Amino acid sequence: MKVTRRTFIQGGVVGAAALAGLGFDLAPAQAMIKDLKISRASEVRSVCPYCAVGCSMIAYVGGQGKTQSFNTTPHLIHIEGDPDSPVNGGSLCPKGAATMQLALSSDRIEHPRYRAPGANEWTRISWDEALDRLARLMKDARDERFVATDADGNTVNRNEGFAWGGGATITNEEGYLVTKFMRALGVVGLEQQARL
Amino acid sequence: MTTTDLGLTIRRQSATPASGTNIRRDHSTPALEISKLVDIDLCIGCKACEVACKEWNDLQVEETHLFSGYQSHPDLTPHTWDLMRFNEVELAGGALAWLIRKDSCLHCEEPGCLLACPAPGAVIQYENGIVDFNQDACIGCQYCVSGCPFDIPRFDTVTKKVYKCTLCIDRVSTGLEPACVKACPTGAIRFGTKEDMLAYGLEKVEKLKARGFSEAMLYDPVGVGGLHMMYVVPRGEILEQYGLPVDPTVTAPTSFPSLIGALRKVGATASWAGLLAAAVYFLKTGKRYPPPEEEAVAAAYEKAPHG
Repeated sequence: MKVTRRTFIQGGVVGAAALAGLGFDLAPAQAMIKDLKISRASEVRSVCPYCAVGCSMIAYVGGQGKTQSFNTTPHLIHIEGDPDSPVNGGSLCPKGAATMQLALSSDRIEHPRYRAPGANEWTRISWDEALDRLARLMKDARDERFVATDADGNTVNRNEGFAWGGGATITNEEGYLVTKFMRALGVVGLEQQARL
Repeated sequence: MTTTDLGLTIRRQSATPASGTNIRRDHSTPALEISKLVDIDLCIGCKACEVACKEWNDLQVEETHLFSGYQSHPDLTPHTWDLMRFNEVELAGGALAWLIRKDSCLHCEEPGCLLACPAPGAVIQYENGIVDFNQDACIGCQYCVSGCPFDIPRFDTVTKKVYKCTLCIDRVSTGLEPACVKACPTGAIRFGTKEDMLAYGLEKVEKLKARGFSEAMLYDPVGVGGLHMMYVVPRGEILEQYGLPVDPTVTAPTSFPSLIGALRKVGATASWAGLLAAAVYFLKTGKRYPPPEEEAVAAAYEKAPHG
């Protein structure tokens, strides 16, 4: 079929009239002013990093999982309470509701840093360097303060040079691992904020 | 769920005649009306709603300064759509009443902002009662600011647009509750159908009265046709101390654009009357054929060689 300028315009007019007659309506298009910003995000369960209540949170992450596209990297979009949690039932306190600010803060330190004795500034070091130094100092502190027997001659094998303090986000499983590790080092002073 | 189920078809738009776009709406069943309800008795003033609102709506942070008591910001701003207002009032007996109120858009049934707005489609009221601003259509005239009986909309001097609470229409449209409701740790902010919220509110008022708050009331003033964010107010006798007007009303807009709008009707009537008169005249007089001498000229012209 040959399409001339005239038939094209005629067809367009007839088509538009037919669509209008069939109830083609722009109202829903107008109604959606804003798209849901988490509609393409994947949900990641998390625990609030602040107090001992340990509210469950859902972190909405874009550019990850099923929605991964080639030109995005995973990024945090939104954090809100987990409605399935018996602890908080989806709600959060003002501090917990502002957790995004903690996660995305420009003041957040993302690499190990070292300040030598007497130095007045921090220098960035590698993770390997940091772990090596930690291990060295831990071993030294343990050897220095290790108590093999108490005053009565009982074998105790205590490491009194260490104590461990945990935060509110330590889960049961993490707590178990930490306790195992610390006991292996001979630590007796274990303390944690959360009673979860 | 379709959008119609959540009442998301447009009921009214600012500066636009009664909408003809709702042809698909089934008027046999009433549209779902939603409402928030703030139970001031349960509110602990923690401001989680404020933070959740800021975070969800990506509103920029505003530095806070200690100026009075517990309140974070002195007033609503274009970037603070939800503000906990604290007011310490000495009662008649010498006791202190610490009044806390979540201040944000009340989503009136008769929105003063919508009636005052001269920009077509800048203020939209949905079937479910949500009143939202469309900043794309906003012309920044601030008539809504003066039209609002609760002093809610705020003008942004940078973008030259007006902003306020959207009742998280993006969340509501997907079946989620608004961000403030979700965050509230005491359940003081509730969300549901208007019917359910009224039932809860009235029951709560009775409970408060039994506890000795004889003037407890559900704040849902008729002057604005009712609200889609109601309050349960324990001390109804000092309503104004909470910052709530006792009898808010929506005045008919008398702005210049609304006068133009009225004139538009006059013009339309005149145009139609003119067309009708022309039709009547045509029917009465009929078509006039050209006089015979003109026909002769035309025939001669046809015969003559063109060129």
